[in-house]
Amino acid sequence: MAPILEARGISRSFGHVRALDDASFDIEPGEVVALIGDNGAGKSTMVKALTGNLPVDSGDIFFEGEPVTISTPHQASEMGMEVVYQDLALAPHLNPVQNMFLGREIPRKGVLGFFGFMDEKQMRAKAEAGFRDLGGTVRSFTAQVGAMSGGQRQQIAIVRAISWADKIVFLDEPTAALGVVQTKNVLDTIKRVRDKGIAVVLISHSMPHVLEVADRVQVMRLGTRVATFPADGTTVEQLVGAMTGALDFSSRKESTS
Amino acid sequence: MSVITPPEQTSVPDAPETESYLRRLANLQSVWILGVLVVIVVLFSLAAGGKFLSTSNFSLISQNIAVWAVLGVGMTFVIITSGIDLSIGSVLVFSSVVAAKVMQAVGGDGWGVAGLGILGALVAGVAWGLLNGVLVAKAKIPALIVTLGSLSVALGLAQVLTGGIDIRSVPEALTDFNTYIKIAGIPALPFVALVVLVIGGIVLHKTRFGRYTYAIGSNELGARRVGINVDRHLILVYGLSGAMAGLGAVLALAQFGTTTIAGQSLTNLNVIAAVVIGGTSIFGGEGSIFGTVVGLFIPAVLQAGFVIIGVESFWQGVAVGSVLVAAVYVDQSRRAAALRGAKSGNPLRHLLKLKK
Repeated sequence: MAPILEARGISRSFGHVRALDDASFDIEPGEVVALIGDNGAGKSTMVKALTGNLPVDSGDIFFEGEPVTISTPHQASEMGMEVVYQDLALAPHLNPVQNMFLGREIPRKGVLGFFGFMDEKQMRAKAEAGFRDLGGTVRSFTAQVGAMSGGQRQQIAIVRAISWADKIVFLDEPTAALGVVQTKNVLDTIKRVRDKGIAVVLISHSMPHVLEVADRVQVMRLGTRVATFPADGTTVEQLVGAMTGALDFSSRKESTS
Repeated sequence: MSVITPPEQTSVPDAPETESYLRRLANLQSVWILGVLVVIVVLFSLAAGGKFLSTSNFSLISQNIAVWAVLGVGMTFVIITSGIDLSIGSVLVFSSVVAAKVMQAVGGDGWGVAGLGILGALVAGVAWGLLNGVLVAKAKIPALIVTLGSLSVALGLAQVLTGGIDIRSVPEALTDFNTYIKIAGIPALPFVALVVLVIGGIVLHKTRFGRYTYAIGSNELGARRVGINVDRHLILVYGLSGAMAGLGAVLALAQFGTTTIAGQSLTNLNVIAAVVIGGTSIFGGEGSIFGTVVGLFIPAVLQAGFVIIGVESFWQGVAVGSVLVAAVYVDQSRRAAALRGAKSGNPLRHLLKLKK
């Protein structure tokens, strides 16, 4: 299958630091790809470059086979891509429904909508449907998000992202701050998202989680992709080896296959 | 090593199923503070009887807070974005000077002249507000500093324009409006304030503009990430505060028949105190117009009550200051309890426990 999103030879420098150095990435429709690497390997920079949060110095990005320039996050959203940031970007004082539709409120019909009145009923119904769809653990739609657990907040952020993304969702360290049960919930959520046909890019430090949900694992080191593994049959040791450079690759660049 | 837990049970709800509406209501700061207001009213009624509970007394109280109420609407929006606007008193003075100058230049006592003056005051107020907003949102100067600066500049320019002497030529149409007109049994100024409060409340709680105001105060970066034009919104919110100061200038002109150049030095702090007493969080993201109304009534009722029962009105400052600090303390402990996920976020119980 052709990749839905592909980056070839992306470079980006911050002063003298080459955050991305001729790096590549690809993901197919409905696929879960894990992006792993040590701190500073360029994972977050890659995601920013792919989602219009960071201009690149050189390299090409292809979306559904077409070369594209994604210069704003808004543009990425319109193409069907959403990012769940590590800090979730939720407004803690607002409730799940308000957060889900933040920036995309459904206006009331007619003149009231013109004056900025919102169709709360419809938003609530759509939000509830979205949460039901994912079998979420969010129980209250009226309580402030700030009063909820980390797992529930993560779920709200993910539900928000997949409600608007019909192509790709980027998850930046979604399980970093979660307990065992909540982590399992998030991993289950990722599988359900995949089952809906939406591709998932998962950034994580947790090798077992990566191997559990991902179809493929792409390893970054020193600003470039050094290896791509199918999750099946790959061990944590292999991933760690590729991440740290302990596993010997004949050249630092991956061999294009 | 076998997994015993069936998958259904893994999704343990870690929050109460649904909070009852009553509990949410009881957790609102503005509801607590309304209780405080009711207690104050009851105490004064017991002490002074019919004298305090008279229509004329409450008519007087509402007239005293009309200008502050209008300013409070703008301030509530600003503080919910986690900003502050110290300049409203000075902007009010500046706007009233502009209005008075315009009306003086045109001359006459009719509504036409007054209308021009009102327009002048609003334009001046909005201009100051937008300037504050641009400096806060675009130049990224802290709101405290920006509005501290414009507090000084606006008052200074008002004094330059007038030579420091109040302008007393206000058209009769305007002063009569305050003195004689009653709308639906309510004196004109409080009626205007009421209308502004209602509209402000609707905009804050029911429209997208209000929703974004909360979102920005709650998580500015998050608001940016979902595509809200935060800079534009902040400029508009400060512009709104300026517009309210302009409208407040008109009401003040009608009320006093003169510009009040030296009389507004504490207006900003009084309005901020009222907004904060009413449960609007100084850290942003939370607040209501209703709370602001209650927060305005507390100092005004205290003052009127003290006068009636013969306590020196100086005690009003003592009482309001104490209420302010207590209100914020209660608000904070409630917030901390909410963050800990505590279900019994009853701050009064917490207070009583401390006192034992």
